[in-house]
Amino acid sequence: MITLTHYLVLAAILFVIGLIGVIRRKNLLLLFFSTEILLNAVNIAFAAISKYYHDLTGQMFSFFIIAVAASEVAVGLGLLVLWYKRNGTIDLDSLQEMKG
Amino acid sequence: MEKYLYIALFAPIVGSLFAALFATTPKKLFVGVVTSALLALSWFASLKLLFYVNGETVVKAKLFNWISAGNFHLDFGFVADQASVIMMVTVTTVSTMVHIYSNYYMEHDKSFNRFFSYLSAFVFSMMILVMSDNFLGLFIGWEGVGVCSWLLIGFWYHKEDLPREVYPAISPSWAANEAFIMNRIADLGMLIGIFLIYWNLGSLDYDVVFAHVGSLSHTTVVLIGIFLFIGAMGKSAQFPLHTWLADAMEGPTPVSALIHAATMVTAGVYLVVRSFPIYQTIPEIGFIIAMIGAFVAVFAASMALVNNDLKKIIAYSTLSQLGYMFVAGGLGAYWIALFHLMTHAFFKSVLFLGAGNVMHAMHDELNIKKMGALGKEMKWTMIIMTIASLALAGIYPFAGFFSKDKILETAFSSHHYILWAMLWLGAGMTAFYSFRVVMLVFNGKPRYKEIGAHPHEAKWYAIAAMTPLAILAIIAGFFEHDFVHYITEFLPEYEPHVSTGTFLFLLVVTLGIALGGIVFAVLKYRNNNLKDLFEGTPIHSLLANQYYIPNLYEKAISKPYYELSKIAWEKIDMKIVDASVDGIAAIIYKLGGKSTAMQSGNLSKNLKWMVVGLVVLLMFVVFYKPGM
Repeated sequence: MITLTHYLVLAAILFVIGLIGVIRRKNLLLLFFSTEILLNAVNIAFAAISKYYHDLTGQMFSFFIIAVAASEVAVGLGLLVLWYKRNGTIDLDSLQEMKG
Repeated sequence: MEKYLYIALFAPIVGSLFAALFATTPKKLFVGVVTSALLALSWFASLKLLFYVNGETVVKAKLFNWISAGNFHLDFGFVADQASVIMMVTVTTVSTMVHIYSNYYMEHDKSFNRFFSYLSAFVFSMMILVMSDNFLGLFIGWEGVGVCSWLLIGFWYHKEDLPREVYPAISPSWAANEAFIMNRIADLGMLIGIFLIYWNLGSLDYDVVFAHVGSLSHTTVVLIGIFLFIGAMGKSAQFPLHTWLADAMEGPTPVSALIHAATMVTAGVYLVVRSFPIYQTIPEIGFIIAMIGAFVAVFAASMALVNNDLKKIIAYSTLSQLGYMFVAGGLGAYWIALFHLMTHAFFKSVLFLGAGNVMHAMHDELNIKKMGALGKEMKWTMIIMTIASLALAGIYPFAGFFSKDKILETAFSSHHYILWAMLWLGAGMTAFYSFRVVMLVFNGKPRYKEIGAHPHEAKWYAIAAMTPLAILAIIAGFFEHDFVHYITEFLPEYEPHVSTGTFLFLLVVTLGIALGGIVFAVLKYRNNNLKDLFEGTPIHSLLANQYYIPNLYEKAISKPYYELSKIAWEKIDMKIVDASVDGIAAIIYKLGGKSTAMQSGNLSKNLKWMVVGLVVLLMFVVFYKPGM
């Protein structure tokens, strides 16, 4: 029997994986992946709790998050391509133009 | 009738504000004229009230609700009853004449307009003091006259400080500060007295307080009486808070005449008279007041015996006369205290104005040893000052005779023979020093030629302003009967009971010592003799140096206080307060310096910090339980 706890543990594990990815990865593309993992970890938690309480609000919220994530990736990838064309790298450490 | 009350109260402040408009501009004659006219208006309104008020009708006016906090309600109210109306008339009479006189005295001063602004503001504060119907209003006026006194003593604030050995009063601004600070000390006592009244009775209105004073325990009333009298001691310069009055002579002479002789310094006496229901229930405190008064009467008169400064002699004489008033007030003869206050205001103010004429004639020289024979050049001034001196000495039929004699009679009839003997001795000294001044200034050889002075009589309107006061100094005593009748509708009656034989004996003895003092002074200083009493002996230097009390205060209080302040500044303020504030700032500054490393601009590092923040917030959410 898969209970709410299992879902939440899965969500937590995914969130930690995403978080480690955000901290450790220097590649901008992988950073996007990590962000997606983070968001989807939250989505799983939302959906599971929504089912548990018989309340659709959580699932609706998940849809919003998916929509926002999709648009974010669309904009972000566009910028990323632009950055690669200009600098020839998508390493995070190269993104330091504003340092005083 | 409320209309007249408001006119009497507000005419001076209108004049003051009007003069203040021109405060920084050069002399404008109309400023002096307008303020004098407004004072005359106030005087007229006071006279109207004087004839209107009687046993049945007392004029009261509530301006507005002043303080309303919790259970505490106080109206900004004024009252014109017998006691305050007598004070109003005295104050406005002297003020009006002094304002007119100041037009002459200050005519060449570059701050002519500013002077009139201050002087009228003083009269306004004094009117609040005497007309208020509650203790807090009285206190406001009390502080107001203190501020105006400070402004006026320090009127020539630009004069340099001199060492005490060279010039005992140091400088006008020093003297102004001394007066202000000494009064602060006394005002603290007065404030405590007022707090005690409110604490125990829940009200500050005279009517309420005096009606319920009997319900208080004896100790409470004693405390209230003592603290209120401490306030009175400061304003009326009683020992040991007396040193400021002699130094206050640094102010322009009309200021000395108005504030430091006729009105402000008598506020303490007025306070005791006004609070008679309090002092009536504590005769033992009254007796202490009388003892202090008698001591000051002799103490101040003795300092006047050998002083060479014209204004200071008159200042000591004021101190001494204030002592007489406190004896009367302390012994329960409130109307006699008020009567002496009134007659004293007239003859002492005119004595000061005469001294002002002499100062102008002598180009601000005050040493009476350098004058002499001024009577030839200044006939009117001599006549007026002689009249005032006779009144001060208490010679029949001048005003001082009636009031001072009554005080001596009071002391004798209440079996305080030692007090009587002190006052009697004081009367002799008063007569002596008054005529020492008259002899040294107006008679003898013209010693002023040595310092190249060219004396001249004052202008006619200065003499004209002095004349009414001089006339009052002669005739005020004859109103005694009407005065008693009028004032005892408000104040308790008091008549010294002595047999006719004793009365005549006292009369002869008192008049005898006064005349003796005069004759002694005249004989001693007749042939241009400049040798003083006790000259060359230690007593002389003791008296001439004011019993070394100013030196003592400087060494025992001012210097240690200064050292203490220095320690507080260097050790406490700099090393603890400032250091801790600076320390906190330094820690934050250093933290800031260290934490700039976080702002590397590297996105990856920023993300890591973001995660740290997230973890901290999460921990907070998980572990923080409100209400634990």
